Amino acid sequence: MQLKINGHEVFVANGNRDLDQEKPTVLFLHGTGQDHTIWVLPTRYFSRHDRNVLAVDLPGHGRSGGEALESIEAIADWAIQVLDTAGLSTAAVVGHSLGSLVAIAMAARHPQRVRAIALIGITVPMPVSELLLDNAKKDKHEAIEMLNFWGYSKSAQLGGNATPGNWMLGGGMRLMEKAGPGVIHTDLNACNKYIEGLEHASNVRCPALLILGERDMLTPVRSAMEVAAALSHAEKVVLEGCGHALLTEKPDPVLDQLIRVV
Amino acid sequence: MARIKTFQFDTLSLHAGQRPDPTTGARATPIYQTASYVFKDTEHAASIFNIERTGHVYSRISNPTNAVLEERISALEGGVGAIATASGQAAMHLAIATLMGAGSHIVSSQSLYGGSHNLLAYTMPRFGIDTTFVDPRDPDAFRQAIRPNTRLLFGETLGNPGLEVLDIPRVAEVAHQAGLPLLIDSTFTTPYLCRPFDLGADIVMHSATKFLSGHGVVIGGLLVDGGIFDWEASGLFPTLTEPYEGFHDLDFAEEFGPAAFITRARKEGARDFGACMSAMTSFLILQGLETLPLRMQRHVENTRKLVEYLDRHEAVEWVIYPELPGHPDHELAKELLPKGSGAVFSFGVKGGREAGQRFIERLELVSHLANIGDAKTLVIHPASTTHHRMDAGALKAAGISEGLVRISVGIEDIDDLVEDIGLGLRAAQKCS
Repeated sequence: MQLKINGHEVFVANGNRDLDQEKPTVLFLHGTGQDHTIWVLPTRYFSRHDRNVLAVDLPGHGRSGGEALESIEAIADWAIQVLDTAGLSTAAVVGHSLGSLVAIAMAARHPQRVRAIALIGITVPMPVSELLLDNAKKDKHEAIEMLNFWGYSKSAQLGGNATPGNWMLGGGMRLMEKAGPGVIHTDLNACNKYIEGLEHASNVRCPALLILGERDMLTPVRSAMEVAAALSHAEKVVLEGCGHALLTEKPDPVLDQLIRVV
Repeated sequence: MARIKTFQFDTLSLHAGQRPDPTTGARATPIYQTASYVFKDTEHAASIFNIERTGHVYSRISNPTNAVLEERISALEGGVGAIATASGQAAMHLAIATLMGAGSHIVSSQSLYGGSHNLLAYTMPRFGIDTTFVDPRDPDAFRQAIRPNTRLLFGETLGNPGLEVLDIPRVAEVAHQAGLPLLIDSTFTTPYLCRPFDLGADIVMHSATKFLSGHGVVIGGLLVDGGIFDWEASGLFPTLTEPYEGFHDLDFAEEFGPAAFITRARKEGARDFGACMSAMTSFLILQGLETLPLRMQRHVENTRKLVEYLDRHEAVEWVIYPELPGHPDHELAKELLPKGSGAVFSFGVKGGREAGQRFIERLELVSHLANIGDAKTLVIHPASTTHHRMDAGALKAAGISEGLVRISVGIEDIDDLVEDIGLGLRAAQKCS
């Protein structure tokens, strides 16, 4: 599905089903340098289970036009525009990594529009190393390699993909290689400078579910404790042996958790 | 700072795609010898069928043992995913059938494995897919042969039997300028010697019967997706970019992104054409893959010594191997195949067809058969076997001299190989 926001085309994967204002909506927000394809399994599941599904490509990502937005708050406000343009009043917001920060910002800034949030692979604040930022700023391939390396648990780096025959690291690398110039840096920088995260989290009133990876090297479980404490209605689930790429490493357990909240 | 490097080739050869079995603790990859898989309930079944959850349905489409092999070759090649097929021929057909239909056209190197040539030259035309064959040493010939209905460029890393080194970067550039993917048959080199994706190729196929296995006990193929090609931007591949009625209007590029090709190949090709690999075959190929780096090093080491020996032998007219200074692709081989130009080469026995026959018949250690890539050394004399009906003129037209011997060098002790081949050459010259 294509929308137009601020003069730019916005791609939204909706499970090939017409939106119905009577149905609950789920909005999926991807992470740094990625696109809607990371949500392929839950998109297909929820669209078959009486949900409106909106798996967006953020501005400047995937099939969406425009420039990548420079702050988490700006992305949050843009995501509300997505709901407006689609004619939908509320949504459960599911975010991965950068997308999880956006979910918090949406729930804090637009509480009447967000009925629940699911935060996959999150920590607040989400500091990014200088080396990674620098490599990303120069559009060096090393930035993608660093994200890919830290994005998967050591075990997953040897494979064992739940999706038969696919090599997780290869898929992760190729997806980020498709990001345009400067996009990864803009995304990382937005995460890095989102210092209002904990304050926003403390203002969230809707139910929140944190889905964390036990072996996550980018957003370690221990660093998610602070945001879990700040959220007033938060539940935390840790997936054993899993890294930051939870949707690839543990797609079915992630879906099982999402079913509970969205 | 922590090392920012994932596991290396040798480690991946042993481990990629497999972890100890969570149920039994088995360290080796279990052989999941089953046709089908039990669903938890009807909802679980529906969600797997509709690609909402992961899992196996039927071993024609996917199998846990095959999945380990598929992941492992993807890891070694640097791709996004793979499908194990019944043979290398099945892998090639699956690639073609996934990309195009009747009315399409392929531009291929003319120096191919005979089975691939048969498929392209004689069989695919019956299904409306034509091929133009071009000189693999001439990237411009690929360019000039491209038509509006061309959908694929194809070549082998090392041509057969001339061992032409395909200039993959330049041919890939030609392909991409025309919005087309490049498929590479990498059987002769394996990912240990050449990773075509790193050079610009888009899809890789293997006959896994050969060096990947090494033991010569199975027939199998592998088709690997590099995940690089932009199917949407090309606009020439509706099987990947338009809704597929055979799967509830699934648009593979839209939903699976970099894995569009391999997902379509599985969801349609494996399902409908059915040329799947058995779990037992996957298991056996995996046993071979574990030692691929060690074997390939030894294959190349022995090949270099044997090439040197034959190149100086008075009973040998010529030797074709890219590492010889006189080979037309010598410099290109150094650039693209720095670890070695494989372990298959040809040489000419002085004395023509009869001398070639006597050479073959005198061999005792080296096996006379129609295969390559075993850990054991293999030879064939085309003029007295595969091409025995051809006279000297016809052989010449096919690029085969009467004394040509093709050898696939194994990993035996090189002194034993040299002795056996030396005795064969002495026998070849006795009556000539």
